[in-house]
Amino acid sequence: MSTAALVRDIVATHRGQRGALLPILHAVQETLGYVPPEAIPVLAEELNLSRADVHGVVSFYHDFRSAPAGRTTVRICRGEACQSVGAERLVSHLQQHCGMSLGETSNDGSLTVEQVFCLGNCALGPAAQVNGRLRGRVDEARLSAILDEAVAQ
Amino acid sequence: MMTPVTVYVPRDSAARSVGADDVADAIVSAAARHGRSIRLVRNGSRGMLWLEPLVEVATPDGRIGYGPVVSRDVDDLVAAGMLDGAAHPQRLGVVDELPWLAAQNRVTFTRVGVTDPLSPDDYLRHGGLVGLVRALENSPADVVAEVTESGLRGRGGAGFPAGIKWKTVLDCADELKFVCCNADEGDSGTFADRMLMEGDPFLLIEGMTIAAYAVGATEGYIYIRSEYPDAIATMRAAIEIAYGRGWLGDSVLGSSLNFDLHVRVGGGAYICGEETSMLESLEGKRGMVRAKPPIPAIHGLFGKPTVVNNVLTLATVPTVLANGAQAYQELGVERSRGTQVFQLGGNIKHGGIVETAFGITLGELVDGYGGGTRSGRPVRAVQVGGPLGAYLPRTKFDLPMDYEAFAAANAMVGHGGIVVFDETVDMAAQARFAMEFCAAESCGKCTPCRVGAVRGVEVIDRITSGEHRDENLALLEDLCDVMTEGSLCAMGGLTPMPVRSAIANFPDDFLARQPIARTEGTT
Repeated sequence: MSTAALVRDIVATHRGQRGALLPILHAVQETLGYVPPEAIPVLAEELNLSRADVHGVVSFYHDFRSAPAGRTTVRICRGEACQSVGAERLVSHLQQHCGMSLGETSNDGSLTVEQVFCLGNCALGPAAQVNGRLRGRVDEARLSAILDEAVAQ
Repeated sequence: MMTPVTVYVPRDSAARSVGADDVADAIVSAAARHGRSIRLVRNGSRGMLWLEPLVEVATPDGRIGYGPVVSRDVDDLVAAGMLDGAAHPQRLGVVDELPWLAAQNRVTFTRVGVTDPLSPDDYLRHGGLVGLVRALENSPADVVAEVTESGLRGRGGAGFPAGIKWKTVLDCADELKFVCCNADEGDSGTFADRMLMEGDPFLLIEGMTIAAYAVGATEGYIYIRSEYPDAIATMRAAIEIAYGRGWLGDSVLGSSLNFDLHVRVGGGAYICGEETSMLESLEGKRGMVRAKPPIPAIHGLFGKPTVVNNVLTLATVPTVLANGAQAYQELGVERSRGTQVFQLGGNIKHGGIVETAFGITLGELVDGYGGGTRSGRPVRAVQVGGPLGAYLPRTKFDLPMDYEAFAAANAMVGHGGIVVFDETVDMAAQARFAMEFCAAESCGKCTPCRVGAVRGVEVIDRITSGEHRDENLALLEDLCDVMTEGSLCAMGGLTPMPVRSAIANFPDDFLARQPIARTEGTT
């Protein structure tokens, strides 16, 4: 199925909701892994919005990506609570261990690393989220294990 | 056949983050190997997070706790008689009697960690729906009056009296009104909303239903941040169960109330925790802050009268209705009535949920309940009330947790999140981070916040590199004034609070030094 047809299908199932654009964008990203630029005119037409409106919403929210993520997404919390127990050390470790900075996807498409501000695990920091799964008390060794496992997959 | 032993292993995502799922699996297989029949309940967390995964076993003497348990120890524990509550180095005793828990006054969190979050029967057995039933027996105006009399103030941070907000919505004549729950708990150091949604979702549903009845609303939305996938799943499952039981939908509990409730997921934007920005987001737009007035109570979601309350505010309403305003009012101090759910996080030995009446001191929370730092080094600073709250030194530990007392000390209680730092913290770096965070998360609508935060980072960098230090400190002070007075919402308006408190309480950290190490690849 073409992207346009897929997007139209998703819009059809969410049309009854009030202010449906965010639920639709989440559904598009869940189905395709990202919100492709070619989806924007389709969404605009279907929802009777301007392309600028749709683009404005997509680009406002950190969650929506315009390109696919790696097979594993690791998000490292940089909130204050995690900073107090060494979150910034994890960020440096990431750089040293696999030469990646926050916001990057590895060339082989295995791994995306991102920053996040608070995962609600503030008493068991440093926290990270691996493909949506929360991890606590992540030290350098645990982070290495998570990254190595991701790259091996 | 023997009656199965009930074993509790939390399903709370914090417990799962340190291996609760593996522990649960290990207990099931170890029990099978030992020929024991068990009933496994995935409860919420008791909030003693340093003990997670905390396993509880139901015995005639009460629920005996073991923790923290790791999956490889499970076989030993079962062999040692854990399923009968037997002695073991990890045995903590009867959980309800542990001093840390017994000293608290759990009002809003009374069921969290105790019940199976998705069992409606468990909810009813533990006092669920009593508040809603009582509300439906009274007139909407009486329900609003009861909430007002209780003194309940918004738990999201601003502390606005809930009853007054509800009265405004009730007095609007519109056919269509909304109840919105702000579950965009983005502040670092807060996790009580998440734990409540994962640990007692029916309570939030009940609170929102009471709010709907009280103000005449027919539709509700829970706006949950996307960073909380477990809370989203739990709330969605609970809503479906509630519909099946007639707790939601048409004729709630056989009454004339119709109320539909939906979960909406945020998009990873911190600013959407600001109520007007959240409303924009719910309408499917960019989360841009709205100017007030008009207030959301009159002109809210899709321009209709809307109650916007935080998770804990709405989750406290059923108790207020069940036990009466008087009982709630009797807790607390001055104009801060009832209990607050304090959250101890960061570099802390005993982190977790402490629900207790307002008036407890900061020191009692950090040194008493918290037991000092996890690293064992002295506490140097605590940030109270999230990223926009003040950094306080030990000399402020006698401050009572009370909205007005904190405001008088140029700080804020906010939502009761407390983040502890040990002596290794660099307060200039924390002040810089406050500005950096504001720059990254500003919605961009007003200039003091959008531009001020960027300039703030630059000025702090100049101060710490020793460049015209005094002049730049004066400039920073001036910038903080502009942001405080000129920003549209609390994001820009309160970012100066952590910055100024860091300068006032830790001036030595702002002396010239080697250029501070910056995180590469960010901002």
